[in-house]
Amino acid sequence: MTQFLQFLGRTTRTGFTKLGRGTFFLLHTLGGIGSILPRPRLILNQMYAVGVLSFLIITISGLFVGMVLGLQGFYILSDFGAEETLGLMVAASLVRELGPVVTALLFAGRAGSALTAEIGLMKATEQLSGMEMMAVDPIKRIISPRFLAGLLSMPLLAALFSMIGILGGHMVGVGLLGVDEGSYWSQMQAGIDFQDDIVNGVIKSIVFGFVATWIALFEGYDTIPTSEGVSRATTRTVVNSAFSILGLDFILTALMFGD
Amino acid sequence: MDNSVSSQNSLVSVHNLSFSRGNKKIFDDISLEFERGKITAIMGPSGTGKTTLLKLIGGQLFPDQGSVTVDGQNVHRLRRSELYNLRKRMGMLFQSGALLTDMNVYDNVAFPLREHTHLPESMIRTLVLMKLQAVGLRGARDLMPNELSGGMARRIALARAIALDPMMIMYDEPFTGQDPISMGALVHLIKSLNNTLGLTSIIVSHDVHETAAISDYIYVLSEGKVVGQGTPKEIQQSESEWVQQFMTGAADGPVHFHYPATDYVDDLLSSKKRSGRVSKRYGQL
Repeated sequence: MTQFLQFLGRTTRTGFTKLGRGTFFLLHTLGGIGSILPRPRLILNQMYAVGVLSFLIITISGLFVGMVLGLQGFYILSDFGAEETLGLMVAASLVRELGPVVTALLFAGRAGSALTAEIGLMKATEQLSGMEMMAVDPIKRIISPRFLAGLLSMPLLAALFSMIGILGGHMVGVGLLGVDEGSYWSQMQAGIDFQDDIVNGVIKSIVFGFVATWIALFEGYDTIPTSEGVSRATTRTVVNSAFSILGLDFILTALMFGD
Repeated sequence: MDNSVSSQNSLVSVHNLSFSRGNKKIFDDISLEFERGKITAIMGPSGTGKTTLLKLIGGQLFPDQGSVTVDGQNVHRLRRSELYNLRKRMGMLFQSGALLTDMNVYDNVAFPLREHTHLPESMIRTLVLMKLQAVGLRGARDLMPNELSGGMARRIALARAIALDPMMIMYDEPFTGQDPISMGALVHLIKSLNNTLGLTSIIVSHDVHETAAISDYIYVLSEGKVVGQGTPKEIQQSESEWVQQFMTGAADGPVHFHYPATDYVDDLLSSKKRSGRVSKRYGQL
């Protein structure tokens, strides 16, 4: 029993210590953004690594998710003779939920893990320490531009995902299953609300981008500087990001669409 | 502890410094002086915290007790911006070189100049080429760090360390893992940089001969204490058993060959997988 309590206490304490360190890290990172803004090259380079290099996985996943949505939606909706509303169903699912959530999960796996491994290895090879000794703040120079790049890339990737998904749904629904082209688009146009659906989806993707990038960068910066440490940190990035994204999605959905 | 070097002319002074990691005491009340314009070496076996000492001088770690003064400023009392200003005048050569792996040699050497100065690119080019020429690697400027040998990487890192014309350089194990030729090149380079640029150099090393050949003053550390100090000649003639063992490289002496353990026969006959904690302090003078 005492052992259990000890374990509980220790775990809680390490958890909160880490949260505290993470918060300081985040504040420091946000503080560095001001000094990075006059150097857009640094941010653009990172947006290339984080965003552009994620295009392929986002496009292919978006296409398949949209196609599956078209297929499943058609089977269910046609039972009620409502296959005309397929466009609305595909678009609403993508813009509200699947776009931000699946993109964020893929983003954590593709870009987040890469960030953690990169920062972790920079720490292990003393590059961060070396920068400090050159009087260059590694958080400002290395972390802040990557954070900003993640924050800006996520909503763009989520928008790309939703767009490709809608085209995928169109391909299957209109192209293969014979849903009327006009009603696919017009139902979507009539049913999707800019404020309720699109803006809320974008807010979600910004929140997920914030959290996933923060976790990835912090895990890399906080890693134990060995091969094993970097490997563990990378795993933690993916797992913790996934949990945070899914948990936050529930909370955000309840807040946004609750009433 | 008395110091034979006067603190008047020293650039870096370490006073009564104590530092521990967890329960292990790395430094126990040590005092060191590093004279301006001289090459001072800190020697001692691996694991005596020599690198830790450099990090304490550079303000990356905080001591439990005592102070470190660099050019009249107490490193650990400075505010962040003041510390960063001081660090611009301190160069450090890491054992691994710590080159930034995502940029080529040229950009690595240009990095501190671009971060800290607003010099035009043409001026930066001149400076970078001068620094690279000084380490003999001007022709390697387009290579990436992963294409360099260990010795070359260290020389590039040295060019980067002198890019801002610092007042001092700290070398962390500059000779480890070098073949005889690049070792010779490095020894020569450290000596000539020190003399031509009027630097103050601190070398942390366990390579006895190379270090003794170029240093003006040597401190020998063990178990968190200074066990010997003096000019290379004095150190070589030291009567301390410990210093003698270190300088001659004898396998057994005050520092034992074996890591502390329980009795060998008992250990072989028992079935325990883990060794019991040995509380006895080992290898002390």
